[in-house]
Amino acid sequence: MFRKLHNPGSATVTIYIDGCAVTAEAGESIAAVMLRQPTGWSRTTSISQSPRAPYCMMGVCFECLVAVDGKGSLQGCLTPVRDGMRVTRQQGRRSLSA
Amino acid sequence: MTAPHTDLLIVGAGPAGMAAAVTACSHGLSVRVVDDQPAPGGQIWRAIETVASTPRLARLGQAYRAGADRARAFRSCGAVYEPQSELWQIEPGFRAFLTRDGQARSVTADAVILATGAQERPVPFPGWTLPGVLTVGAAQILLKTASTVPERPVWIAGCGPLPLLYMTQLLAAGGQIAGFLDTTPRGRASAALRHLPAGLRRAGELAKGLAWSLALRRAGIPIIRHVTDLRAEGDGRVERLRYRTEDGREGEVTAEVLLVHEGLVPSIHVPLALGCTVEWHPAQHCYVPLLDGWGETSQANLFVAGDGAGIGGAEAAEPRGRLAALRVATRLGKLDAVRAERAAKTERAALARALALRPFLDTLYGPRAQVFAPADETLVCRCEEVTAGALRARAVEGRPGPNQLKAFTRAGMGPCQGRQCGYTMAHIVAAAQNRKVEEVGFFRIRPPLKPVTLGELACLDQREPAA
Amino acid sequence: MNAEAFDAAVIGGGLHGLSAALHLARARRRVVVIERRWTGRHASGATAAGVRTLNRDVAEIPISLEAMDSWHEIERLVGDDCGFHSTGQLLVAETEEHMAGLHRREARMRQLGYRHEEIIDAAELRHLVPALSRHCVGALIARCDGAADPHRTILAFRRACEAQRVVIAEGCGIEAVSHERGIWLLSCGAHRFQAPMVVNAAGAWAGRVAALFGDDIALGVRASMMIVTERVAPLLEPVVGVVGRALSFKQSDQGTLVIGGGLQGAADLDRERSTVSFNELAKGARAAADLFPAARDVRIARCWTGIEAQTSDRLPVIGASPKAPGLLHAFGFSGHGFQLVPIVGAILAELAVHGRTRRNIAVFTPRRLMGEGIAA
Repeated sequence: MFRKLHNPGSATVTIYIDGCAVTAEAGESIAAVMLRQPTGWSRTTSISQSPRAPYCMMGVCFECLVAVDGKGSLQGCLTPVRDGMRVTRQQGRRSLSA
Repeated sequence: MTAPHTDLLIVGAGPAGMAAAVTACSHGLSVRVVDDQPAPGGQIWRAIETVASTPRLARLGQAYRAGADRARAFRSCGAVYEPQSELWQIEPGFRAFLTRDGQARSVTADAVILATGAQERPVPFPGWTLPGVLTVGAAQILLKTASTVPERPVWIAGCGPLPLLYMTQLLAAGGQIAGFLDTTPRGRASAALRHLPAGLRRAGELAKGLAWSLALRRAGIPIIRHVTDLRAEGDGRVERLRYRTEDGREGEVTAEVLLVHEGLVPSIHVPLALGCTVEWHPAQHCYVPLLDGWGETSQANLFVAGDGAGIGGAEAAEPRGRLAALRVATRLGKLDAVRAERAAKTERAALARALALRPFLDTLYGPRAQVFAPADETLVCRCEEVTAGALRARAVEGRPGPNQLKAFTRAGMGPCQGRQCGYTMAHIVAAAQNRKVEEVGFFRIRPPLKPVTLGELACLDQREPAA
Repeated sequence: MNAEAFDAAVIGGGLHGLSAALHLARARRRVVVIERRWTGRHASGATAAGVRTLNRDVAEIPISLEAMDSWHEIERLVGDDCGFHSTGQLLVAETEEHMAGLHRREARMRQLGYRHEEIIDAAELRHLVPALSRHCVGALIARCDGAADPHRTILAFRRACEAQRVVIAEGCGIEAVSHERGIWLLSCGAHRFQAPMVVNAAGAWAGRVAALFGDDIALGVRASMMIVTERVAPLLEPVVGVVGRALSFKQSDQGTLVIGGGLQGAADLDRERSTVSFNELAKGARAAADLFPAARDVRIARCWTGIEAQTSDRLPVIGASPKAPGLLHAFGFSGHGFQLVPIVGAILAELAVHGRTRRNIAVFTPRRLMGEGIAA
């Protein structure tokens, strides 16, 4: 859906979305990176399992909720990427592992 | 770890918050600024510190560039600045609860300035929850913070200065626009003209708006005027758009990304949660906190500055921030009332100048009626997936207000806490019951203002044993 | 001005008021419910909706058990199951010492002839609630208990009332009352209602309403705090409480975790507002996180408090006013009134229609809270 205008060069980091390595620029948000992926969606709703993607990018709509390094329901638009970060798209209701 | 008490707590590091911090520090107040973003600037100057040193600065325009100086002044003013900190509650007195890096804690202050800005007015229509539909503001944030633009020619729908500005910025950045679905109703321009004499004090702003429009026309962007109805369709993502105009003209176009914008509304969740009185702003179709000439709310020592006080833009936000800071300095004995009054005069003049164009803009770009009356199939509450039809059906059973409707339908109970459905719901209730929207009220806002985890809250018990 | 005439007026559109109105209407009485705001505005709309016989005060057990029977066929009363599920309620012991206390409770219940509370060991506890922390040693269980959906319950009772032609007058706060020739005249603004029988079910404000009728009843106030989380995948079925800590933990049909337990916020009766105290609520979050380690990272969607009346002995006030003729009181449920809703309405209807009830409600008499000088 979206593309990046420049090559981040030395600021390039790698994050993993559902285990797949993707490149990103240090400091940009997880939500921005997700909008550049071909899959298009970043979570499915807990009621009808409908796909959703980042919508407001400023912390208001909560559509960009993702799990990061095992911690669930973080706002992707307020979370900057870090090298090696593992992002999981939440599908339906979060399941809790003991 | 920083001391938990300051004279003043400022929430938000945008134009109002930064200006308030600089002023308050200059009068010797101890100041803490908390903000959920990673860097100062608010939405208008998002990522200004990063972008300022790159060639990307040029394409974002003069008004954006001005943020660099402000951020610099703010960084050196002496305020304790805590980025990426989510404020989730303020209790009277004041004790504010924050989470940063998964750690919750509370801080105290004698006065609070809320400079939490605005959000884009939610624009519900069938298909607005599909991946590929974003707000224009979201796209601008992507451009500023991630240098990211729609991959293919993008459709933009709505009205207001922001779509024009974004389209100009997008073209300058090398992006492509498929077309603009202009939702400004017919006759608005002439209605707005009567506000023009006052607006002429802001001739520069007017000229800027005209220049944007001209640039778009010159670029040959298709513009479809007076669009009333909009619908996004696709299997799991946007594939096509349908629209209808006032003349009954209908169209269908293919699209991958649709950006929408119908103006801004103040963020009122925090003042509402704190029990501040709000009043309906008929020209801006939203609630604003009831404020005195300094920005103080109905709750003593609690102030609102910036777009949270009513939409006015960055140039109104800064004097509002400084006014609030002056008042706090007087309250806490750091500035005598006479000097504060004198300083306030300058700020009030700046504020009046900054707001001179508002009546013109509010009239020209006021939301079309359809924004508040979405088709039955439209999801009004994105979080709990409640449709306009479901709300309408329940709105005539008894005479429920938004809070009862929330209890019965769960609309407004999701993680966004009604930030996307509150106004739509109020309008649906009002229409169903033949009442004025300002009579039906708004959601009671329940803490936490941001979804803190159970574990984070539990840690508070360890840190602060009960007295 | 003419007052609208009814057989009975119920003051308070909470669940107890609606239940009283419903039972009165089924006894062919013309009833008005007079509600200052809207039905279920305060405690009824803020309750965790636990349907619990477990660990109740001995005095309440007979009516609570009878209410439980009603809950198991609540659809017959109100035409909807109110989201009630009989998932059981547990009172968990974290230590052997607490477990000994539970054994004593169970023994006492058996002695009194009650069989609704049973002891279960650690193995059965783990089987029933696998998500529970391993340190828990056992529990007391009431298998027929459960929980309902509070808003669905309010709606069901309201609809059932309306189906029986009960008039629900919302936005009417009683300002003055007078009594003439056996008829009470109730005024709120321009509205007037008259009826020979009045039920005071005004919850936290019931003491003030009682005072209008000349009854001086000592009443405290509670503002119990609740936490509800984001929706999560199924985690547990029963409602779980724990000995020695303020915790009640359950999962709603929607998947949200609903956490209460009676931690107190601040109530303001004049402004009809109550506020959450997070330093206090943190104790509840800690208890929840200790008992359910998997829930630590779950996000809180919202917290709230509900205002209701609390008596000095934590038992409700149910019964006729000793002084004001035709006035019945039903309030002061002190944090555990939800389960009693179907039975209290039935008792009040009996009292209103026959002047007496077959249930033993002597212990709930308003007299006990009215101090000296009411002997006459």
